[in-house]
Formats: sequence, structure tokens, C-alpha cells
Amino acid sequence: MPEVSETPLPGVGVRHEFTTVQGERVAVLTHRTGRREIAVYDRQDPDACTTVLHLSHDDTRTLAELLGASPVSEAVAAVQQRLEGLAIDWVAVPSGSRLVGLTIAEGEFRTRTGASIVAVVRGHMTLPAPGPDHRFEGGDVAVAVGTPEGLAQLRDLLVS
Amino acid sequence: MTVLAAASPDATAAFIEIGAVALGLAVLARVAGRLGVTTIPFYLLAGLAIGEGGIAPLDVSAEFISLVGEIGVLLLLLTLGLEYTTDELRLGLRTGLVPGVTDALSNFTPGFVAGLLLGWDVNAAVLLGGVCWITSSGIVAKVLSDLDRLSNRETPAILNLLVLEDLAMAVYLPTAAALVTGRDVGETVTTVGIALAAVFVILMGAMRFGARLSALLAPGTDEALLLSVFGLTLLVGGLAQQLEVSAAIGAFLVGLALSGPVQKRAGAVVEPLRDLFAAVFFLFFSFQIKPADLLGALAPAAALAVVALAGKLLTGWVAAGRAGVGPAGRWRTGTALMARGEFSIVIASLGATLDDGTELGALAAAFVLLTAIGGPLATRYLAPPPWSVPAGR
Repeated sequence: MPEVSETPLPGVGVRHEFTTVQGERVAVLTHRTGRREIAVYDRQDPDACTTVLHLSHDDTRTLAELLGASPVSEAVAAVQQRLEGLAIDWVAVPSGSRLVGLTIAEGEFRTRTGASIVAVVRGHMTLPAPGPDHRFEGGDVAVAVGTPEGLAQLRDLLVS
Repeated sequence: MTVLAAASPDATAAFIEIGAVALGLAVLARVAGRLGVTTIPFYLLAGLAIGEGGIAPLDVSAEFISLVGEIGVLLLLLTLGLEYTTDELRLGLRTGLVPGVTDALSNFTPGFVAGLLLGWDVNAAVLLGGVCWITSSGIVAKVLSDLDRLSNRETPAILNLLVLEDLAMAVYLPTAAALVTGRDVGETVTTVGIALAAVFVILMGAMRFGARLSALLAPGTDEALLLSVFGLTLLVGGLAQQLEVSAAIGAFLVGLALSGPVQKRAGAVVEPLRDLFAAVFFLFFSFQIKPADLLGALAPAAALAVVALAGKLLTGWVAAGRAGVGPAGRWRTGTALMARGEFSIVIASLGATLDDGTELGALAAAFVLLTAIGGPLATRYLAPPPWSVPAGR
């Protein structure tokens, strides 16, 4: 993979850029709002862009899909913010999971993985700090905090 | 029904005037949007038209408009503080000292010297230096985005300079405000000292307790957040004013203290309110200027604008050069920094009570009119001179 350099743009967002095998410089500018721009640099004046493409959130997904990347794994990577060994992760509970119908207490997640479920997203609703008697339904997304290993174990449990 | 019954004849007249003025501003904002330029010069011209000696002088509600305008300044500074995260401010300080100092020297100095040449006292000259110095971050961000230059290699250098000017304002504004209120030398030194100490204390408090404040405000609806942020801004601004630090700087520090998701949300909920109040501020600023004074100030303002363009070109050349940008990009950096706007007016409004305040106001308004319109044009069309770009690249 080519080297990707990152430049923060105060008040705007962050820019990542790299050089293609053919020698073209390309940048992806991610605005704070999530909107993105793809820029191709000018060969004459390497500091200016010849083409700028403006992508909405949906456009980004479409383009990522066309380019063969999985938008899901990308989204997960984006939200997995590490904080001194602690990570936060979003885990979807598929409707076929063995845990559907069980409560958080019955799943014994904290005992088994060390990770805590801090919220559950159901459709458009977010249940912050669900109690131990929260019962999972298929399609729920559990938001959990723990070590990266604990979260991986939790993911295995919820998905199985 | 009680409201209808209670509306006094005074209030009725005020409603009609304020309503008509707001609608007039709305038309101007649309025109500005259509032309793709900033609204500030339009509002300034509108203020001239309704002020003394203008085409449609307004008589009632001047007091009301003045108060609303002052709230507008607080909200302008609040959103300035909200614009950058603490990390961005730290990064700016770490990487931008040389460009920042170049910027201050090559842009504050011409204004200051021009003030002295015009025979003003030192305080008014210091304010004119500030008017000349600070680039309008609002105009620059919009122009760069409109011209699709956000991804350009010189853009981080431009944005970092804007961050540094923000930080410089945190020191400059209270100092200038204290200078204006101080009478003799001893008293001036004391007020400036108190002002800077207060800024330091509030800034430390903001850095230390900012996260806790943000966490406190995070839960709850947007309505609650809007009221908390608005209340806090006015409260801290008012307290800062009591300490003879300018109220604006208190508001700025409230913006700095907010961080994380709250920062983003607060920015979004306050923005429409800021647009409304700030429009009134620009209007009121030029409302107090006689059109004849403004015309008289056009020639010196134009001369100052030329020097100010040279100052920003030098700043851009240095700042972008340090970031490894080529000659064309270094030139673009300078032209992008040309526009002055909201903060030049805020600074000039500090001097309203000075002996040279009237002249300062007129000159600042003329200067902002020229640079806010000319700056974006320069950014777009001012090509680098051929000698500065090596051939064959």
C-alpha cells in the first residue's frame, strides 16, 4: 500500500493524500460534517488541484461500494476510537443470534468478556445505559466499551 | 390578546421600523449570496443609508439596536472560540510561531503607522493596527471552499494563520480595550495588567474545566443547550466587562472552553442567532458614521488596503514557504489572506469613545468595504507575477 499522509485542517476537517502507482497525487478531504472531497493535484503546480469531486455521505458509500471496499468495516474502523487501551465498538445482533430473547444479565457479557454494554441502538431509537434486564431483539446494535480483546470476544458472543 | 393590547404606540413604530430594516437586510443577504460575496459590506452600506445623513434615517429604536448589536459582538466572538478545537489551537501554536509573528509585524505595523501619520493619538493608532491586521476567517473559509482550494497544499498554512490570529486576538482585544479606558500612563498599565491577568485566569479555567462544562451541557435538548450557551456567554461577557476586560473576550473564552460534541452542537444552534445579531451589529456600526466621513476616508483606506495586501502577500510567502509550497501556492496564500471583515469592525468599535473614534470608525468601514470585496476578487483573479514562478514547471 502506498504511504498515506494525514494533514489536519483547522476548522475544516482532515486531509489524507497519497501518490498512485502512475504517479498522480490524490487527496481525500473529510469535512467535520462527514462530507468528503476527492482532489487530484495538478502536475504543473503540485500545490493546486485540477479536479475536485464533492461527495455527500451517500455518495461516499456508493463510491466505496463501487471501489470494492466494505462501507460497514470502514464505518466500524472510523468509530473505533481507542483511548489508552480502551475501545468503543458498535456490534449488531443478527436476528439469528442465540442471544435474541436473552437479557444482558443472562448473557453474562461483562463476566465473560470484561466489556460493558453502554447503549443499545434499536431502529431510530437509542437506549442509553440499558439495565441488566434489557432483552435483545434481532437487529439491535449494542454499543460496548472494553479492551480490544474483550470487544472481539463480545462480538463473537453476540454474533454466534 | 394581552400582548396585542399592550403594544404601545412606541412599540408599534419600532416593530414597523425593525421589521422593514430586517427585510431590507434579507434582500441584501440574498443579493450577496447570488453574487457569491460576503454580506458584511452590504450591511455596512445599509447602516449608512439609515443613519444620520443617509437616505432614509431611522429615528426610534437606536438604543434597542445598539444593545442587540453589542450582543452580536459577543456571539461573533463566541462562534470564533467555538470554531477550533483545543488540539487545533495547540498545533497552530506549535507550528505557526514564525508565520504568526510575520503576520503581526507586517500587518499591524502599517495600520499603526497610518494612524500616527493621520495625527491620531496612540490608542486610536493601536486600534487601526488591529483593524489592518486581522484577516476575516469567515470570508477566507468561504472563498477557499467556493474556489475548491480546500485540498490545496497551501491551505493548511492559511488555516493555521487564522488560528494564530484568533489566539492573538485573545491577547490583543483585552489589551486594546484596557488601553482605551485607561487615562494616564500608570492607570493604563494597571488596567492592561488586570485585563491580561483576567484573560490568563479565565483561559486556564476554560482549559481545566472546559471538559467538565461540556459534559454538564451535553445532555438535554438543543433548546436547553442554546439557552445555556447564550446565557453563559452574556454572563461571562458581562463579568469580564466588570473587570474592565472586554466583554467580547469573555464570550470568546466561553467558546474556547466548550469542546467535543457539545462544541459542534453549540456552533450549530448558535449560528442562526449569531447571523441575526451580528447583522444588527454591522448595521449599527455604520449607522453612526456620516456618509460624508466615509467618502472622505476612502482615499486613505484605499492606500492602506494596498499596503495591507502587500503585508498579507509577505505573510503568505513566508507561511506557505515554510510548509514547502511552491511559488504559485505561496502567492495564492497571500491573496487568500487579503479579506478583512467582522473582527476589524469589532476592533474599530472599541474605539467609539476616543477623540479620533469617528474618524477611526469611518476609516475602518471604508477599509473593510474595500478589502471584503477586493479580497475575494484578489484571491480569485490576482495571478502571480511571471518572475516569481519559474518557467517550465
